[in-house]
Amino acid sequence: MKVITANFVTCAVKECKTSPASFPLHFHDAELEQQELDFQPEFIRNVLPRIDWEALRTISNELGFPTLPDSKPEGEALDNEQTLKDLHRLLLETHVTEGKLTCGNCGHSYMIKEGIANFLLPSHLV
Amino acid sequence: MLPTPDTSHVSFDTIYEPSEDSYLFLDTLSSASESKWLSERFPENQEPSPLVVEVGTGSGVVLAFTAAQSQQIFGRRDILTLGTDVNRNACIATRKTATTAIQEEQQPSPQSVHISSLTADLCAPLRPGSVDVLLFNPPYVPTEDLPRLPSAAENDPAVSEAMSRSAKFDNDSYFLSLTYAGGADGMETTDRLLDAIPGVLSGRGVAYVLLCKQNRPDQVMERIRDWGGWQVETAGSSGMQAGWEKLVIVRIWRKDSS
Repeated sequence: MKVITANFVTCAVKECKTSPASFPLHFHDAELEQQELDFQPEFIRNVLPRIDWEALRTISNELGFPTLPDSKPEGEALDNEQTLKDLHRLLLETHVTEGKLTCGNCGHSYMIKEGIANFLLPSHLV
Repeated sequence: MLPTPDTSHVSFDTIYEPSEDSYLFLDTLSSASESKWLSERFPENQEPSPLVVEVGTGSGVVLAFTAAQSQQIFGRRDILTLGTDVNRNACIATRKTATTAIQEEQQPSPQSVHISSLTADLCAPLRPGSVDVLLFNPPYVPTEDLPRLPSAAENDPAVSEAMSRSAKFDNDSYFLSLTYAGGADGMETTDRLLDAIPGVLSGRGVAYVLLCKQNRPDQVMERIRDWGGWQVETAGSSGMQAGWEKLVIVRIWRKDSS
């Protein structure tokens, strides 16, 4: 799974959806793999409005990436090719192949194996 | 005709093989009327990249087609796709079908990006309000019982590899039943998906859901109109039988799309 996935997922437990602590899910023991993808600056500019910046900063730290700027790049900052390249690398080229995603509200962990995260719940949580 | 994504790498032991309903999805999404509607809904220079989610991807043929033909369908190539399925094997298959189709159809870049395939029940792990285009080709066949959902453990590759021949046969039959068995009126799973739509779609979001004649599409559409604030229209249909459409795909979206 590409790192950008974390921007769109939350805990599968219904009661957690309304809790701010359920987003973002937290990576643990993550094994990463880089898969090269053509750099498309326009794509990153169009994706950026979809990104929850605070959550991405958290995720980026958990995965051991350099700290992201305090606020989301806007205006002229979007012309900075290096900024866009860094985001391209983090969001689209970095895959999490093994590890787990943990909910900050209920504490449940979802396993990632061979790049596929498993969000099926054990029966006591359904 | 736009090429159908290659699924020759997929083992159909536990995964639904692309069939008439899958192809109706491809034809509907790439039809002149739907691509016009979607291109106007998500204009490239004004709207950020749409997130397209397919629930129950199976082989991945529909999601792969949507990603690979995004220029024809949305008039843009910067779309993100994500798939869910209760069968881990289907997730692995979808990832390959999608990435291969994008590579083959979108050269040179820009290319759509398949961000992940998740093992999950319907939309359960998706963040509320995040989905722009939701696609669902459900298990729609009326059956006496609805098969239970698999557990996380049943999708562990180590477990299925250690199975005896007869246990594997039972396991395969069970996963295949999940691809078609819809319970009462064939609607039990579709009803759960419909219930999730208002929560999971973004303000500009739209859902495409396939229904068969036994699902009573007219009644389903009436129920959606009764939610208040939602519109529903038939976007595609196939297989006239004694004056009835055998399969239809309906488009569901918010009245006020701000």
